[in-house]
Amino acid sequence: MLDAAAKPALQVSEVSKRFGGLVAVDRVSFALAEYEVLGLIGPNGSGKTTMLNLITGALKLTAGAIRLYDDEISAQPANAIARKGIARTFQIVRMLPAMTVIENVAAGGVFGHARRWGGELEDYAIGLLRRVGLDVRPDTPVTALTYIDQKRLELARALASDPKILLLDEWLAGLNPTELRTGIKLVEALRDEGRTIIIVEHVMDAIRSLCGRCVVMNSGAKIAEGTPKEVLADSEVIRAYLGADDA
Amino acid sequence: MTGREMRQLAIAALLFAAAALLPFSGSGYWLTLGVSIAMFTVLATSWTLFSGPTNYISLATAAFFGIGMYIVAAGLDRLPFPVLIVIAGIAGAILALVVGFATLRISGVYFVIFTLGLAELVRQIVAWVQNVMGASSGLYVLITLPDPTLYWLLLALAAIVFLIGWLIGRSRLGFALRIIGNDEVVAVHVGINTARVKVVLFVISSTFASITGALVAPRWSYVEPSIAFSPFLTFEVVIMALLGGVHRLWGPLLGVIPFTLLWEFISAKFPAQTTLLLGVSFLLIVYVIPRGVVGLVEDLLRGGAARSAAAERIPGWLKAVLQRLRIGHA
Repeated sequence: MLDAAAKPALQVSEVSKRFGGLVAVDRVSFALAEYEVLGLIGPNGSGKTTMLNLITGALKLTAGAIRLYDDEISAQPANAIARKGIARTFQIVRMLPAMTVIENVAAGGVFGHARRWGGELEDYAIGLLRRVGLDVRPDTPVTALTYIDQKRLELARALASDPKILLLDEWLAGLNPTELRTGIKLVEALRDEGRTIIIVEHVMDAIRSLCGRCVVMNSGAKIAEGTPKEVLADSEVIRAYLGADDA
Repeated sequence: MTGREMRQLAIAALLFAAAALLPFSGSGYWLTLGVSIAMFTVLATSWTLFSGPTNYISLATAAFFGIGMYIVAAGLDRLPFPVLIVIAGIAGAILALVVGFATLRISGVYFVIFTLGLAELVRQIVAWVQNVMGASSGLYVLITLPDPTLYWLLLALAAIVFLIGWLIGRSRLGFALRIIGNDEVVAVHVGINTARVKVVLFVISSTFASITGALVAPRWSYVEPSIAFSPFLTFEVVIMALLGGVHRLWGPLLGVIPFTLLWEFISAKFPAQTTLLLGVSFLLIVYVIPRGVVGLVEDLLRGGAARSAAAERIPGWLKAVLQRLRIGHA
C-alpha cells in the first residue's frame, strides 16, 4: 500500500498521449512508492507500453506531468531521464548485436545514472552477469544467446546504471514454465534488495507473486487500482479482459 | 596502457617511419602516387571515424575538402600558408557543427541525401560569389609546395588521424558511438546524448577533410568550384573506405592503397575506357568482397570458412592471432 506520508518515487499525474485522433493514454494518474513493485496490467493495446515510453521520455506527453521524486521529468529528453535514474527493458528484446555479452552490460553503466569505466566497469558488469544468472563467457557474441539469456542480459544492462526506478516491459513474456519460475525468482530477488519497479506483464502468476499493487489500464484509461486480488475480482477488469458477456 | 597497446603503437610508429622514407627513393612517379595515397588515407580514415561506427554515410567530404582548398586559394595573397591551413580547419569545424546540429537528427537515407545536397549547395554558393565578385570562375594558387614536403605533411596528418581514432576507440566517446551504431534507441535509453556524440565525431571528421583540402591546394595551380567540390572525390573516399573495411581503424588504408594503384593502372593502360573499367571494378568489389579487404583478410586467416561466420566459430588460438593483428578498434 502507498503510505500517504511517504513521498512517491514516481508520480504520474493526469498524463495523456494522443497520436493524431487516437488517444493512447487518457488522463492516467498513479503513484509509485519507494521500494514498491507495481504491476501495470491490461489487455493488449490498452496503452501500457505507451505509458512506459512516456515515463522514459521515448515519447513526449500530450498533457499531464511525471515527477521523479521532486524532479519534473516529463519535458526532458530520454537520455537525461536515463541519467536521472530510470532504466528499462524492452518488450521486444533489444540487444547490441555487434557487441559481446560484457559490452552489452557495460553499455548500461557508462553514461547513465551510475557511471563507471575501465577495470571497475568490467568487474561490475561481470558481477551483474552473475547476478542475473547469465552463465556464459563475457566475450560471447550476443547472437549466440538463447532467448531467456538475452532477456537476462537486457536486465543486467538496465541494472548496470543502478537505477532508482526499473521498468520491466513484459520481461517474463515468451518464457517456458521452467524459465518463468527462474524469471519470477530473479525479479523477487530484485524486489527484496530494495528496488523500485514497475512491471508491465500479462503473466498473472507473476503479477500475483511479485506486486503489492496493480494499476489496470483499458483503452488508454486507468480502470482499476489495488492489490492483485482486488483488481482481478473487479467486474470492470474482467469485462476488459473477457468482454461484456462474461462479466 | 597494456603491453598489447604499446606494441600496436610501436608497430604503427615503425610503419609511419618507413613510409616517411619514400621521398628518398628518388622516384617522382612513386612519390606522386604516395601523395595520392597519403591524401586519400587521411580522407577515408577520417570519414570512417564518423561513418564507420554510426553507419551514417556522409557524402559531404567534397564540401569540406573544397572549403579548405578555397580558403588557401583565396587567402594566399594576404596570409601565410600555415595560417590558412589553421583557418581552413576552423572553418570546416564550424560548418560541420552547424550542419551536424541541423541534420544529425535525421537518419538513414535522408541524411545521405542531405549531405550530398550540402556539397552541391556549397559549390553553387562559391560559384555564385565568384561570379558576383569578379570576372573569373576560378582562382590561381601561386605557391609551390615541393612534393616531398606535401607528402610529409599529409603523412603527419594521417598519423594524427590514426592517433585520434585510436584514442577515440578506447574512450567513452568511442564506446558511445558503437552503441549508437548498434541500436540508437538503446543508446538514448542508457543515457547517451546521441546528437552531441554524432556532432562531435562529424566535426572531427570534417575538420580533417578541410585541412586536407588546404594542404593539397598548391598542387592545383588553378582552383575552380567544379574541381574543389567534385562529387567524384566524395565517392572515391566512400568507395575506398568501404573497399578496405570500416570496422577497423586501419581498414580504409587497405582500400586506399589497392584502389589508388588500380586507378593508376587503369588510367595508364586504358585512358579512353577509364570510367567504364572503374565502374566494372566497383561492381566486382561489391560482389566479391562485400565486407571489404579487412573481411577478406579475416576470412583468409580463418581458413576461408563461411564468409559471414559468426565470431563464436573462430577457434581460440585464431582469435588470439586476430587480436594481435588488430591495430586500434579492439
